[in-house]
Amino acid sequence: MTPEEAVNMAVATHASRPGGLLPLLHEVQDRLGYVPRESVAHIANAMHLSIAEVHGVITFYHHFRQEAPGKHTMRVCLAEACRSMGAQKLLAHAQSSLGVDLHETTSDGAITLEPVYCLGNCACSPAVMVDNDLKGRVNAKAFDELVAQCRETA
Amino acid sequence: MSAAAAGKGTGKDAKPFAVRIFVARDSCAISVGADQVADTIAAEAAQRGTPVQIVRTGSRGLLWLEPMVEVETPDGRVAYGPVQAKDVASLFAGDFLHGGRHPLGHGLTERIPYFAKQERLTFARVGVIDPLSIEDYERHGGYAGLRKALAMAPADAVQALLDSGLRGRGGAAFPTGIKWRTVLAEKSPVKFVVCNADEGDSGTFSDRMLMEGDPFTLIEGMTIAGVVCGATQGYIYVRSEYPYAENTLNAAIERAQASGHLGADVLGSGKRFDLEVRRGAGAYICGEETSLLESLEGKRGMVRFRPPLPAIQGLFGKPTVLNNVITFASVPTIYANGAQAYKDFGMGRSRGTLPFQLAGNIKHGGLVEKAFGLTLRELLYDYGGGTATGRPIRAVQVGGPLGAYIPEAHFDMPVDYEAFAAKGAMVGHGGIVVFDDQADLGAMARYAMEFCAIESCGKCTPCRIGSTRGVEVIDKIMERKDQEMNVVLLRDLCDTMISGSLCALGGMAPFPVLSVLNHFPEDFHLAPAKASLKTA
Repeated sequence: MTPEEAVNMAVATHASRPGGLLPLLHEVQDRLGYVPRESVAHIANAMHLSIAEVHGVITFYHHFRQEAPGKHTMRVCLAEACRSMGAQKLLAHAQSSLGVDLHETTSDGAITLEPVYCLGNCACSPAVMVDNDLKGRVNAKAFDELVAQCRETA
Repeated sequence: MSAAAAGKGTGKDAKPFAVRIFVARDSCAISVGADQVADTIAAEAAQRGTPVQIVRTGSRGLLWLEPMVEVETPDGRVAYGPVQAKDVASLFAGDFLHGGRHPLGHGLTERIPYFAKQERLTFARVGVIDPLSIEDYERHGGYAGLRKALAMAPADAVQALLDSGLRGRGGAAFPTGIKWRTVLAEKSPVKFVVCNADEGDSGTFSDRMLMEGDPFTLIEGMTIAGVVCGATQGYIYVRSEYPYAENTLNAAIERAQASGHLGADVLGSGKRFDLEVRRGAGAYICGEETSLLESLEGKRGMVRFRPPLPAIQGLFGKPTVLNNVITFASVPTIYANGAQAYKDFGMGRSRGTLPFQLAGNIKHGGLVEKAFGLTLRELLYDYGGGTATGRPIRAVQVGGPLGAYIPEAHFDMPVDYEAFAAKGAMVGHGGIVVFDDQADLGAMARYAMEFCAIESCGKCTPCRIGSTRGVEVIDKIMERKDQEMNVVLLRDLCDTMISGSLCALGGMAPFPVLSVLNHFPEDFHLAPAKASLKTA
């Protein structure tokens, strides 16, 4: 599916729904992995909004991105419960082993590393989310295994 | 979903003598391997020619035992855990299908002290039933509350809620009946019911467990709100970090529509109520109710000025019943068993039960539903068993990232909204994050300001700018630069944020900071006398 097709489908489904902009943006990002900058004017036109309004919404929410991410996204929880169980050490391991900083993608395009503030898995900290799969009690070794699985399917 | 999940549901196809095995489909259980365990049990049973029926339930909330496997026996369900796929063969060898002894065995689930001592009203069905089976739900008392509410005059129904003493479980603890009464009194032909499922506080997961483990309880509670207050459309705003909950809710809503529990004619009453799930997009501030409404309308999640209250001008400017997941989920039991039965639990003005969540560095992390009035110490030691690391507990943060760090000296105060407020703390959504004596609370205080800066909607100055200045001032204190002056400055800044912010994010982010300053000044590299300096 081309980006244009994905955007057109999302516009057709959601443009006339009350408060439809967030569901629309979600559908675009679910299909493409990001919301292309080139689509903002089209979305704005369909929703009877200004380009500034749509841009404002996309940039307000941490979830939406305007650049294509890597094949997989690994989100490391940095909230209090995970910190109490060594989340910062895990993050340091993630950064050094992947060779990226937060919000960056590995050079092979396999993995984008993102922070997240609570995954609701606070009794099994530290927690990580790989794409939409939740992982608990993640130590450095478990993290490396998750990375290996990501690379196999990248 | 795993292959084993094909065996979930009421299992009409299963042979009658198949032993029923319960494995949670809660995302926490899945995050530590429940799907693999269920698959391995199914494969091992098939290989042995032993018929089993695997039911995927919510989690019982004994999360340190996840993945937990329960087997149905004539005496009740017997628990094993934490089970990994590699343990499955030895479970079969130990005859776990008949509740046989095994090193991972814990006996009857409902006699495990952690579980047996709880008072489960809101979570009565979680971990027991198949979350997506309406038949299972009704067999366990589901929809009795809605049937009773439908038979009541709306004013009487609202009075019952007021009589129960239920207060908002999201954190603000506002009496739920007053919100409903306000919406009922509005003459608008269009009203909405909105559920705040943007459970962003670290250390909290009761909303998630309820939505994944017993979604019909939430649906029933919102439907009651709709038929009582005269709203025909409901929205559940679920955070994007909860994809499992979102999927479960969507599947449950579809089933409730198909069976006439939702839609144009709710249970033959002639009343309409429709429900839709909307996904958030990773903004903590959208847990604040007016910001959530802006987000539902498709806008930036900017906090609104109040008044007008959402009950009068809420979603799309219409009267809106806006409550948290656990608040709505507490409603069915209140109608099913009566307001008095609910009010009989609790203390003072905190009535009923609260599902506490034990999180972070805790040996027995999980969900503990208890009446208000027990102490933190009971929760932390009798239930929680101390820290996971085995070291002493140094501090706990109650009520999410905006909650105070509470020192051991206060562990004997009862958990009650008013008692906590008197100590500058809050019960909030009932999440308790535990830290051992290795924790750097100065760094946690800095993080509270940093988090506020990341998540501020930017509408009011104290929050938007104060949080950034807060990080800078804390850094200076930590670097021992002009400590005396900077402590005064930090306290001044906290005062400004508390008094001048538009909502609880900027208004409460100083609480964890001040609690560290007051109770753990050494973590700011300060002598106690220096930490208490205030403006003259």
